[in-house]
Amino acid sequence: MDTTAIRQNFPILGQKINACDLVYLDNAATTQKPKEVIEAISNFYSQNNANIHRGVHTLSRKATELFEQSRKTIGQHFGLTNDQQIVFTSGTTASINIVAQGLAKHYLKPGDEIILSMLEHHSNILPWQMWAEEHGGYLKVIPLLMDHSLDYNTLEKLISTKTKLIAVTHVSNSLGLITDIEKVKAIANQHGIPWLLDGAQSAPHMPVNLLELDPDFFVCSAHKMYGPTGSGLLYLNDRWLKELPIAKTGGGTIKTVSFEKTEYVDGALRFEPGTPNIADVIAFAQAIKYMDGIGMQEIFNHEQYLVQYAQQLMAELPEIEMYGIQKHKAGVISFNVKNQHAFDVGTLMDKYGIALRTGHHCTQPLMKQLGVQGTIRVSFAVYNTKLEIDYFIEKLKKVIKMLS
Amino acid sequence: MSIEEIEKEIIEEFDFFGDDWESKYEHLIELGKSLPLISADLKTDERIIQGCQSRVWLNANYDDGEMIYTADSDAIITKGMIALLIRVLSHQKPKDVLQANLTFIDQIGLKEHLSPTRANGLLSMVNQMKKEALKSI
Repeated sequence: MDTTAIRQNFPILGQKINACDLVYLDNAATTQKPKEVIEAISNFYSQNNANIHRGVHTLSRKATELFEQSRKTIGQHFGLTNDQQIVFTSGTTASINIVAQGLAKHYLKPGDEIILSMLEHHSNILPWQMWAEEHGGYLKVIPLLMDHSLDYNTLEKLISTKTKLIAVTHVSNSLGLITDIEKVKAIANQHGIPWLLDGAQSAPHMPVNLLELDPDFFVCSAHKMYGPTGSGLLYLNDRWLKELPIAKTGGGTIKTVSFEKTEYVDGALRFEPGTPNIADVIAFAQAIKYMDGIGMQEIFNHEQYLVQYAQQLMAELPEIEMYGIQKHKAGVISFNVKNQHAFDVGTLMDKYGIALRTGHHCTQPLMKQLGVQGTIRVSFAVYNTKLEIDYFIEKLKKVIKMLS
Repeated sequence: MSIEEIEKEIIEEFDFFGDDWESKYEHLIELGKSLPLISADLKTDERIIQGCQSRVWLNANYDDGEMIYTADSDAIITKGMIALLIRVLSHQKPKDVLQANLTFIDQIGLKEHLSPTRANGLLSMVNQMKKEALKSI
């Protein structure tokens, strides 16, 4: 993989921060965008902008084709033949809320249980917690083992006749741990329980085939995979595409409307009221094409190399404590400098142009489980290099000295 | 000394570092590492100013016409900033605390630490210090 050529394609990477080269290691928060994605947005507005689905004029037809072709492209990327199973939303958080509010309408009843895990991001906790509080439901949590991986044996024990959904992350945004999907799927299928997979941190970093994985729901965000913010998707399997009630409604979702009765369309459009962020959906598809141009397996291999290299170097530093160390994990490392506040480390690293994230990473239950206020997190993407990791380690040693 | 005079002193001290941010931050860290600025029994939940990441504890007293502040943080750089702020605002009349605009922070190149992002709680601490001064007018 030619990282030099790749880096040149990302305009923002040439920047200096505090007179140092930008070393961007906060990709789990958001990724940088290649030229193609940035241009897709400006090209849409300068050449093809019109509202979609209803017009008969040329621009409207062009815009509609670009929009629906984007759905096809993204569907194919995830291994699907029916692109209607891809619903466009404003992101992972919105997608999970759509599922939670939809299921709350008749599928979930008071006294029902939803199983989450200790690793979950707040966006895969709060929509369920809101349902539980408003409707008298219960949340059960899959605990962690000593090595911070999920305790799948306990998952089995958490299942009851009241369990209606299992919602888990595919890759932990704080620790980079990869959930064993086959185990979750086996348990879910055995008991006939629908399951939701939060792919916000997996879709950008590894091949994801939804036909093979076959969850009931899958969610992810464009901005974490080289696409724009404000765009994401909700995958629904055949059953839920037909059965999931909608919580938000409006124009663009209907066959006929009268004050007495309204008939809704089938397919993805039922879930997409109002004018969508058309340009960003097209840019999302461009980001997908960009990743396919490199290859998801190649991206995964590259980030694997980086994360193992970084973990190895960090293991040599006695002042560093790492969390969730595994051979098989995604490109995310959470750590702390012993006796130092993450905030101090992050502030000083920023002075060297190194962008990383400090704090609870929207996973407060996990932080409490780890016994920390927060961690320092580095997370990799396709444009990061071994040299950047060497620089990161060099400056980390310097910062540790400054603070001690 | 008046607030302005103290600020001028601090600006001169930091001028010494020039563009060398590493030395400037080492100095700030040294300030932060000096003895805790608040007694342990005062580090209660009522005195916490919750930043998103680092926590700040502030204690304010009004004594003989002056505001007396003590404070602490669990992050060293924040503590260093606190040391500077207390040096400027403690033992001053409430009216003067209220009117202080703390431009010295920008002049010594540390303005980012008072940004409104909730990360370090410092801006909230300064606001709280002024609220306490207002109470004592």
